[in-house]
Amino acid sequence: MDVFNAIVQTLDSTIRLSVPLLLACLAGLYSERAGIFDIGLEGKMLVGAFAGAAAASVFHSAFLGLGMAILISVAFAMVHGFASITHRGNQIVSGVAINFVAAGSTIILGQAWFQQGGRTPALQPGERFEAIIWPGAEAMRDVPIIGPIYAELISGHSILVYIAFLMVPFTWWVLFRTRFGLRLRAVGENPAAVDTAGISVAWLRYRALICTGILTGVAGAYLSMVQNGGFVKDMTAGKGYIALAALIFAKWKPVNAMFACLLFGFLDAAAIRLQGSPLPIIGKVPVQFMQALPYVLTVILLAGFIGKAIPPRAGGVPYVKER
Amino acid sequence: MSTPYAKLPAWADYGLIPLINLSVAFIVAGFVVLLVGENPFRAAIILVEGAFGKGTGIAFTLFYATTFIFTGLSVAVAAHCGLFNIGTEGQAYIAGLGIAIACLSFDSVFPWWLTFPLAIVASALVGALWALIPAYLQAKRGSHIVITTIMFNFIAASIMVFLLVGPLKPVGSQAPQTRNFFAGAELPKLNWIIELFGAKIRSAPLNVTFLLALVMAFLVWLLIWRTKLGYEMRTYGHSPKAARYAGISETRIIITAMMTSGALAGMMALNPVMGDQHNVAIDFVSGAGFVGIAVALMGRLHPVGIVLAAILFGMLYQGGAELAFEMPAISRDMIVIIQGLVILFAGALEHMFRPYIQALFASFSPRSVGMEAVKGKGA
Repeated sequence: MDVFNAIVQTLDSTIRLSVPLLLACLAGLYSERAGIFDIGLEGKMLVGAFAGAAAASVFHSAFLGLGMAILISVAFAMVHGFASITHRGNQIVSGVAINFVAAGSTIILGQAWFQQGGRTPALQPGERFEAIIWPGAEAMRDVPIIGPIYAELISGHSILVYIAFLMVPFTWWVLFRTRFGLRLRAVGENPAAVDTAGISVAWLRYRALICTGILTGVAGAYLSMVQNGGFVKDMTAGKGYIALAALIFAKWKPVNAMFACLLFGFLDAAAIRLQGSPLPIIGKVPVQFMQALPYVLTVILLAGFIGKAIPPRAGGVPYVKER
Repeated sequence: MSTPYAKLPAWADYGLIPLINLSVAFIVAGFVVLLVGENPFRAAIILVEGAFGKGTGIAFTLFYATTFIFTGLSVAVAAHCGLFNIGTEGQAYIAGLGIAIACLSFDSVFPWWLTFPLAIVASALVGALWALIPAYLQAKRGSHIVITTIMFNFIAASIMVFLLVGPLKPVGSQAPQTRNFFAGAELPKLNWIIELFGAKIRSAPLNVTFLLALVMAFLVWLLIWRTKLGYEMRTYGHSPKAARYAGISETRIIITAMMTSGALAGMMALNPVMGDQHNVAIDFVSGAGFVGIAVALMGRLHPVGIVLAAILFGMLYQGGAELAFEMPAISRDMIVIIQGLVILFAGALEHMFRPYIQALFASFSPRSVGMEAVKGKGA
């Protein structure tokens, strides 16, 4: 039974750790499917986390915090759009710039406004998203097997967790079953064809980036208002890049994205759980090895050794009408 | 008109436009200072005085500049070949391993002028090898170099942390770093050069690596503009198709460019490790690789521009430290914002002001933008 409980707990933390990855990964899915590379997921998550925690603690409302996180994150996405769509700048350079501005400004403004060394004040109950206990979860807890699964894994998460997982079928539906989705995918493969059909390439790509901004905003809000009771400097700690890796790993497909994020989340959860304790057969695994594994796996995938990852064809190329 | 932008006179292209972009970046940074509740003009004065006011300040500025010359050159060499090497950070970090091996083995036997060349070779070799795998994957399997080099940054960080908390740490020590080097791996300071001009210097880490950086800048210029290899790199950077048609081997050119880039990134580690800290510690690169992107873009990928841009960023780092002292609300992270804004305006929004400047030039002297020639030919 101990082993079973340990597994359930690891899976529970897997879910918690994959949520920000999943949201950021889906965010990247919208922009990359529309032909805009987005290295700036990390930065947008970070400003989202900061804006969310700051607004929540000032206005004493979790939902105002979430709204502010989305607003600021979308604003940064629009800067990316302005540079890479309107001015046809290099999308990677623009993404790198956004990451730097985000990393610096969250610390500077946090220190200036709250004077806590770049942190925001610890969020009080009501200012953060609380866990939702599903009906009967406590009563079920003692039922063997199903009980812990229901009480730990399914019940007891905050609303953002459920939103994140609902975004997977929703994104699939938007991309593959709506007119907007069809056009969005087309603009990432062959923008000239979309242009010839009389649809604005720029406006479509801007809308894709708005979706990206909304999702990275929610991802940031999750980090600072659910996982942690406030903003800490550099709290994204490379999650934006892991999300990017997951996106490639998922070959730019929403359902695959969920599994890729769960896998990377599981590696993270396992690394935390196994810290220092030896595994059967293999012996002691260094924590750093587990931390590097998502990146190594992505490189192996990119090298074409586990299937081939083919990015959207027009990705990274600014669209010039005259040609 | 097939190209979106017409030609401008060279001085406007290489002087005026970067200057305007830079000014806009600093004006936006000024607004951030205002938002924090401080006076941006006073902040600018403190910054410049902190960097150039005293001899020690100048020495520190040049010390930081040394690091950024290497990373800037590294990014630029790859960029000439059309490759975005975002892995400078990781290549420099892992090169610390090469330096550690060279220094820890020989620092008690050799004097510094024997250890230094060994360490140069070791750092360049390790940096180049770390760039080799992404380069090979790009050339042979078409994996996007940006993504693979980002991944390699994280892998490098994991390896270095593993080594520095484990095998490389001296027994009984708590700090995650190697043992301190002996005198045989400490580079001589260059502070006497500044003292020649009459300035006084209290301990500053400016060292001979600065001269190495200048030599490398010259060699990069030689490579890119005066050799066949450099010509091939630039050809490939402009048009991979044209390069292929001209019989240039894609694999060879990508791998050489990336390994050169990696070697330059690796040499960056010499400056902080052998010139200042005298050990290899966790996170000793601390973002200098990313600063290289800003430096390369601002210097317009030319070694002279890169050296100037590196000095500017050295000034920001040194002056920023003074600024944090005078204005507690502005910490050193202000530089990270400025860095981001410079990358945004000098890189991604490079062409934002160009149409206006072209219009301005055209209205004053149409010939300077080649307008008459176009009219005459009826093109």
